[in-house]
Amino acid sequence: MENFIAGAEMLARWDVVLALLVGAIGGVIIGAIPGVGPAVAIAILLPATFSFDPIVGLTMLLGIYGSSMYGGAIPAILINTPGTAVNALTSYDGYPMTQEGQAHRALSLAYSASFWGGIFGIICLILLSPVLALIAPMFGSREIFLAALLGIILVVLAHRGQVFAAGMLAMFGIFLNTVGLDAVTYTQRYTFGMSFLSSGINLIVVVLGLFALSQAFFLLTNPDDSPDAKPVTGRLTAGFRELLRHKRVATVASGFGVIMGMIPGVGEFTAQFMSYTYAQKTSQAPDSFGKGAPEGLIASEAANNAVPAAAMIPLLALGIPGEALTAMMLSVFYVHNVIPGPQLFQNNIDLVYGLYFALILLNVIVIAFLMVSTNLLTRIIRVPTRFLGVMILILSFVGVYSLRNSLTDCMIAAGFGVLGLILKRLNLPIVPIILGMVLGNIMEVKLRSAMPRLKTPLDMIDRPISFILFVFILLVLALHLRTLAREFRAHQRDEDHDLHDTQLR
Amino acid sequence: MSRVKTLQALFKRYRRPGDVVFAWVFLLISLALLSQIIDQTAYRAGGKLFAQPRFWPAVSLGGMCFFAALHLLSSLMSERIQGRWREAALWVASIEYALWFILYAFAVPYLGYLPATISFAILLILRAGYRSRAIIIGTLVSAICIVLLFKTFLQVKLPGGQLFEALPGGLRQFMLTYF
Repeated sequence: MENFIAGAEMLARWDVVLALLVGAIGGVIIGAIPGVGPAVAIAILLPATFSFDPIVGLTMLLGIYGSSMYGGAIPAILINTPGTAVNALTSYDGYPMTQEGQAHRALSLAYSASFWGGIFGIICLILLSPVLALIAPMFGSREIFLAALLGIILVVLAHRGQVFAAGMLAMFGIFLNTVGLDAVTYTQRYTFGMSFLSSGINLIVVVLGLFALSQAFFLLTNPDDSPDAKPVTGRLTAGFRELLRHKRVATVASGFGVIMGMIPGVGEFTAQFMSYTYAQKTSQAPDSFGKGAPEGLIASEAANNAVPAAAMIPLLALGIPGEALTAMMLSVFYVHNVIPGPQLFQNNIDLVYGLYFALILLNVIVIAFLMVSTNLLTRIIRVPTRFLGVMILILSFVGVYSLRNSLTDCMIAAGFGVLGLILKRLNLPIVPIILGMVLGNIMEVKLRSAMPRLKTPLDMIDRPISFILFVFILLVLALHLRTLAREFRAHQRDEDHDLHDTQLR
Repeated sequence: MSRVKTLQALFKRYRRPGDVVFAWVFLLISLALLSQIIDQTAYRAGGKLFAQPRFWPAVSLGGMCFFAALHLLSSLMSERIQGRWREAALWVASIEYALWFILYAFAVPYLGYLPATISFAILLILRAGYRSRAIIIGTLVSAICIVLLFKTFLQVKLPGGQLFEALPGGLRQFMLTYF
């Protein structure tokens, strides 16, 4: 209880409240503008947050993460262009509703389903905390190594139809992490005698290049466009009543969001697909899906908004990020010497509770803001895309240069920007590179620290948790092989669709 | 024959123009990096394999080559898409904006953050093809707001411009600190 109060006290500061407001409102706006996702915004703001207290910086970034999907639903519904890539399924049923003149109904349903999903995710996070505090200390070096390995495998396999590309990019990320002076043996690795490579390749520089600069280059090299959304009339609170008629779909979808959010590398897409399929299969009018079915809209929005809170679970309890945004947040923890992982629940539990409260407040602020500002947002999203590209470029400079005032960093970031542009144009995923860098570092450090206790390779899995993780790894690989064999027999090919676009988040 | 065909079906996938160019480049770079492993990493005699400084570069580069080869194979097995060189030309064209960015970063310590940001924003907006007065004024205001937010209020670590050194006493200090 003391910790609970200490957590609440953490939020009772003007700077935390301000960070929460800026994060929540900024996140909605960023999410609503097609072309800028939360990843771009978080990458740009990341270095600026290093000078803040951990709770202030994290609250702001969490605010952007948690609120961007609310905003992303607006263009998905009104102009059939998802604001963030994870709102893609929202447009399936949202846009047909707009065409039928029910835009306000679709928006209000999306907001209320998002709120339901968001709060459901946080409640699960709070309820799971005691269990996490109990289990987390059972994770030693070898368990964290195996969990990170499982994360890498899942990231690769989750990119269905692009497994080879995801594999090579994840390996590229692991390789990038090894460049520089080896911290234990003090030997150079792939520095080619260049002094600037001795300190390694900075994660933030790579993140800014791959997410922010690449997006700027992408917008600047494409024809100019200005999304045109019509203002909405009608009461936006009506959706809550309609949502209550579909609370089963909303709850199950949120449940999928929580489970998929907890598993590294899986995230919003799989959660959305599973919820959407569930909603369609159990609906009394399955044919209406894709033509303006409220259940489809609810399933999609509830599932993706339940993910942010759930994605905090592996990050806080094990220090393992499941996707790019939590990987970026991990660096905020590291900069402040707060190491997420089992010790966090013992030493900094007030911070954990503080983050829970922040998440609840965030959802309340966002929903209140959206009720009064939706029409204002429809005007904001009309920003011309090339203008947006120039602004992203200027903002990215602050992020890269403020790290250590290095022109070399800017050059490296620009190089990764071009790589990111190529990957986006080819519809290849960017996230595996970032997770490869972060999880690669965790795997290397943890495997080394586990070595002295291992006499034989079997010692790696002689503890209950490590054995379970090992079985999970085998199971995931076996299931993938089984799917491949089935596809091989059925000659089914995956179709090209933009839903792999995790890099646009 | 049919076995070969089904094998092709397994490796085929839907992709965008230029995929095979990227697949080739990525594989060649991966192989080039792997070929340098003896030269660029050390091996400690007597140490355990998993703790060797060479271990993770070897695993990652080996993995890169393996997956890149399969990726290339799947590209080659799939139907050719027209327009690969046009796509590759667009990638090269994007380097122009990368150079703009580097030039901006190069100019900031000399011109100062505010003048460099305003000039860069206006020049780039003209380069992007905008000519309307509203957009140019919007760019100017946005550039000033970004400087005010990050340098003046948040005091993000950015160097003061050498150009400001030429300003008279009090103003010089003010500009160096806040802009």
